[in-house]
Amino acid sequence: MNKTVNQKAWFFVLPVIILVAFNALIPLMTVVNYSMQETFGDNTFFWSGVRWFEEILRSDRFWSSLGRQLFFTFMILIIEVPLGVAIALTMPKKGPWVSVCLVLMALPLLIPWNVVGAMWNIFALPDIGLLGKLLNSIGFDYNYTRQTGDAWFTLILMDVWHWTSLVVLLAYAGLVSIPDAYYQAALIDGASKWKIFRFIQLPKMKRVLTIAVLLRFMDSFNIYTEPVVLTGGGPGNSTTLLSIDLVKIALGQFDLGPAAAMSLIYFLIILLTSWIFYTLMMRNEEQ
Amino acid sequence: MAKITLRDLGHSYMPNPKAPADYALKKLDVEWRDGGAYALLGPSGCGKTTLLNIISGLLVPSHGQVLFGDRDVTKLPTDERNIAQVFQFPVVYDTMTVYDNLAFPLRNRGVAEAQVDKRVRTIAEMTDLTGMLNQRASGLTADGKQKISLGRGLVREDVNVIMFDEPLTVIDPHLKWLLRSKLKELHQKLGTTMIYVTHDQTEALTFADEVVVMKDGEVVQIGTPVELFEKPRHTFVGHFIGSPGMNIVSCTVSGGAVHVGETKIAVDNTSALKSRSGTFELGVRPEFTSFAKSGLPVKVTKVTDTGRSRIVDTRWGDQSIKLVVAEGDAIPSENAFLAFDAAHSNIYDNNWLAE
Repeated sequence: MNKTVNQKAWFFVLPVIILVAFNALIPLMTVVNYSMQETFGDNTFFWSGVRWFEEILRSDRFWSSLGRQLFFTFMILIIEVPLGVAIALTMPKKGPWVSVCLVLMALPLLIPWNVVGAMWNIFALPDIGLLGKLLNSIGFDYNYTRQTGDAWFTLILMDVWHWTSLVVLLAYAGLVSIPDAYYQAALIDGASKWKIFRFIQLPKMKRVLTIAVLLRFMDSFNIYTEPVVLTGGGPGNSTTLLSIDLVKIALGQFDLGPAAAMSLIYFLIILLTSWIFYTLMMRNEEQ
Repeated sequence: MAKITLRDLGHSYMPNPKAPADYALKKLDVEWRDGGAYALLGPSGCGKTTLLNIISGLLVPSHGQVLFGDRDVTKLPTDERNIAQVFQFPVVYDTMTVYDNLAFPLRNRGVAEAQVDKRVRTIAEMTDLTGMLNQRASGLTADGKQKISLGRGLVREDVNVIMFDEPLTVIDPHLKWLLRSKLKELHQKLGTTMIYVTHDQTEALTFADEVVVMKDGEVVQIGTPVELFEKPRHTFVGHFIGSPGMNIVSCTVSGGAVHVGETKIAVDNTSALKSRSGTFELGVRPEFTSFAKSGLPVKVTKVTDTGRSRIVDTRWGDQSIKLVVAEGDAIPSENAFLAFDAAHSNIYDNNWLAE
């Protein structure tokens, strides 16, 4: 049979191409444009090649932001994933409490990000906030606006509060899909609780946990709103994550070239890490 | 290994059962001897799985006792009962190899590794898994996985009973035959008490020495396959076992004589009906029904050729009667007369055999 070649089909995907072009491709190309040029007022542009990239990659400021970003992501992953799994394991599988638990878990996810930041900003204030006041009254010298350690503690606690639910819900979905026969068989085989977790629950949750880790990695690596409302990157630069630094360079200093170069590097880091991570997880799956 | 006794057992999933309909499992008294092969047979929802879960300890019955030998195990948890069970769908530990899967029940009980190895290899040999011992269990086909489940059920030597909960449901038809005969062979080799739950009469009858037929949470008959075939105690057993099922025709009895309509029917066993009269049901299997020169006048409506024999549908009034006729035997075209084998004709009173 002869295949008929008909290029008219492209017209049907044209609307979506235009849409994607406007919300992703054109902005991205603009960024690429900025990253290669030096701009002055009056929309005057001068070609600068890869100079901004070299400058960014040589600056201590970029590397320390990246370091803080990696530390933040690492911390929330090693806290939220095991904690999420642990909470999912204790949630009921049947009965009226299931919906109560699910709603409670979904609540933090429904709150707008800047509201989360504002809530924790006030909640943790040492003189009037419930958490801050409480910690100080039981003898801790806690002040997240002045002490680096306290700022990090509050930042991580806030993210754990906000996002652990996502891991819980995904892990729970994995858990309830395990047929009862597996648990019955494990009882009959004399398996301990740990072995049930290790050989039944964990393998069955693997797929959803892959997605959970991937989502949490990307989201935490992109995080901006909550820390900016909570600490504004301070005290000093101690909680200035990559995204906050980027905004400072672009909109604070109006260094559009370096900011564009930095955001491209930033984008590539996320893309590359996600890809490596996903490939590794899926290869494990196939074995 | 031990004899299994179920004494006055009953179970309801409701907290305060009152009417008999509230019970998933009605009063049950059964004794299973050590080393026997038994089948629980009945349609879906008849209480087979409930009964199985009570024996395995996944469920505590509302009343009654379960005894292994002389020991009351009614309230013992599953892991203290020393039983094995194979489920409807294959349960394998995906991340382990086939070998580790088979070894799992033994290792959990602290059996020495040398002993584990010996036992795993024996069982792998029996279940044709020897060549795959080092493969990951997740990569096997459905019947391969079910063989692992089967192997894990058989791997412990000292179990009180091995239970099979419709284990061949997911297996391809041509492999069903193989696995079924394998099971029978394993039973003879191991001599462990086995209870096999199924809704498939062929599986039950070929596997078991004795079959327990259940309906609506009630045991309607316990007997050997021959007893179930020749003397069903309930019309349900007559219908459920045999293909096609037993013919049931309403009849009248007076003074020990049985009539279907105007026609007198010879029935050997009417001792229970000597002093009774009224409307009853006559039950005769299609295998014991034949065309004759005189007898019950019927109309032939359909002939189905199964290759080995033919099944003839006839009508008497608005009731249907089936016959099994050998290939080559003449079949009347429309009007015919039926005769019933007097030795294999049973009279039922309200669905229960009149004895």
